Amino acid sequence: MDSIQLFILLLDATFRVATPLILAAMAGMFSERSGVVDIGLEGKMLGAAFAAAAAASVSGSAWVGLGAGILTSLALSSLHAYACVTHKGNQVVSGMAINIMVAGLTPTLAIAWFHKGGQTPALSGDSRFQPITLPFADALRDTPIIGFTYAELISGHNILVYIAVISVPIVAYVMYRTRFGLRVRAVGENPHAVDTAGISVDLMRYKALAVTGLLCGIAGTYISSAHGAGFIRDMTAGKGYLALAALIFGKWKPVPTLFACLLFAFTDALQARLQGVDLPIVGVIPVQFIQALPYILTVLLLAGFVGKAHPPKAIGIPYIKER
Amino acid sequence: MIEVKSKFGSPAKVPAWVNLALIPLINLAAALFISGIVILIVGDDPIQALEVLFYGAFGYADAIGYTLYYTTNFIFTGLAVAIAFHCGLFNIGAEGQALMGGLGVGLAALYLDFLPSWVVIPIAIATAAAFGAFWAYIPGYLQAKRGSHIVITTIMFNFIAASIMTYLLVEVLIAPGGQSPESREFAELSWLPFFHDFLPMPDTPLNVSFIFALLLSGAFYYFVWRTRWGYEIRVVGQNETAAKYAGISPSRNIILAMALSGALAGFVGVNEVLGVHHRLILDFTGGFGFVGIAVALMGRNHPVGIFIAALLFGALYQGGSELAFEMKTINREMVIVIQGLIILFSGALENMFRPKIESFFKRKKTTTAARA
Repeated sequence: MDSIQLFILLLDATFRVATPLILAAMAGMFSERSGVVDIGLEGKMLGAAFAAAAAASVSGSAWVGLGAGILTSLALSSLHAYACVTHKGNQVVSGMAINIMVAGLTPTLAIAWFHKGGQTPALSGDSRFQPITLPFADALRDTPIIGFTYAELISGHNILVYIAVISVPIVAYVMYRTRFGLRVRAVGENPHAVDTAGISVDLMRYKALAVTGLLCGIAGTYISSAHGAGFIRDMTAGKGYLALAALIFGKWKPVPTLFACLLFAFTDALQARLQGVDLPIVGVIPVQFIQALPYILTVLLLAGFVGKAHPPKAIGIPYIKER
Repeated sequence: MIEVKSKFGSPAKVPAWVNLALIPLINLAAALFISGIVILIVGDDPIQALEVLFYGAFGYADAIGYTLYYTTNFIFTGLAVAIAFHCGLFNIGAEGQALMGGLGVGLAALYLDFLPSWVVIPIAIATAAAFGAFWAYIPGYLQAKRGSHIVITTIMFNFIAASIMTYLLVEVLIAPGGQSPESREFAELSWLPFFHDFLPMPDTPLNVSFIFALLLSGAFYYFVWRTRWGYEIRVVGQNETAAKYAGISPSRNIILAMALSGALAGFVGVNEVLGVHHRLILDFTGGFGFVGIAVALMGRNHPVGIFIAALLFGALYQGGSELAFEMKTINREMVIVIQGLIILFSGALENMFRPKIESFFKRKKTTTAARA
């Protein structure tokens, strides 16, 4: 196998790893651009992952699983909104509480319902999202570079990967070209002005968090019933926080966030390849260093050493209407 | 008429016991109620679960030892989160700081064991504080000087700390010839004395760190409410602009509060590494750092409240391990659910019951005043 093929396979792995990150980061974008900090992406994904796998294994349909995942994530998102928007609670505490609660609740329910030590039964066939082979993929496989790229990189993913990819232009369009997006951004920058214009800040934030719930639900479903084959406890393994880091690294903007997700996923895919490989000059890079790299980069960005991130101005501040 | 004295920042004219005892208790009750529903859903008896939990935490001598051992960790992390709260900062990184504290303890105990006990142990405790403080100093500095948000930075630092720890234990500090990622056992002279070494009680992990935690709680009170430094930290926490006009430097106090917070969190390493495991292992922090947030919230950032809340969570941790043995379908994870719910109700949903309770007491007061 030549190096170009190797590179394409690496990109292929990158996409698989990046899918939940992209979806969760786009989810977080709605919440954070509307002025609500969301460190609960992790919990929402984990909850959706469990619900999706549980529903899919009972019903035998991956689509029912997706519905259950989205509903669970929406419910958790509404809880976050209820605490932070309705009751003006602390947004970080609320996110933390959701993460911890879900981390406990998912294995508890899994043990009670499936008796498999905190897992759901393995998914197969229709209960799992299967790879889709695009037209002519097999015929073109032997064509050098272009055909191989088409067959390996573009074809052969499951539907949720494609949804993640098209979610970025859709999110960008909604955020910057629709009235809804304008209002979401406005409540995150200057809620007083939005309120003065006669738009309910609370309602806008609820709507934004609903979108967050929807996208997190798809991300969680991908983890348990497309990428994985069933739920395992703590299977999101920090991906929610990684998505949050990508969102910040992408400066809360859709396209840069996509590239941040791809960068973080690429380091992850690369790390699997580089394990124990002796590189020229640098020698063997410790796996742990590559794993910590996204977090180090995010800290450096936030500190203003690489570029400058401007968070939404009203982020983290509950809006209290003046009377 | 006698004016009711109320502290600055506390909601006006509600009896202190309402704010300090009644509201936390109502929040706790709400959390337990929802937990009870969860237990019903998974098909067990909530009342029995509560009994098992209570018996498992306080029912016999071993249980009490274990409960107090967990309490020790929660006092450390609760105080850590509280000192940052006093400065208006949210330290979500106690977990990583505790990990680094443990690393400091481990390095001191591994490389200085040619020294006598009374030298090694204080050095190990000091390095725990120093390592923890350093790990919180950087986010504190970045917040104060570069404006990067402390919540995000400390989350990132948790992950970075975990990576450093894994690297060191897998590649550097691993016991010679060992398979699992842990260091060699420390020399016995560096171990902290257990309670069962000098008290007639069964063998439990409870060690002198508990006494250390109580002493620190006293010191915490003195520092925050009786010294100039503590005063300045509180002023910055309550009003940064006012602090600036009063000649108090916000950035200096933010960094100081974070460093102290990290040092306090680092002491979890003393209890766990020097007190119990006697070797450096992965994941000895077990979520204590995150629960510290709940402890500080429930304890109203006051050492007495923190002790009570720490005892509650210590009892939950210990009682929770009993659940797995005694109950049909629930086990340890149920405790994590209860923790999450307590954080939700006492932290995020704090404003759900508060206005109603406050207006109830205000109304009661005005009617009695009118009658008199």
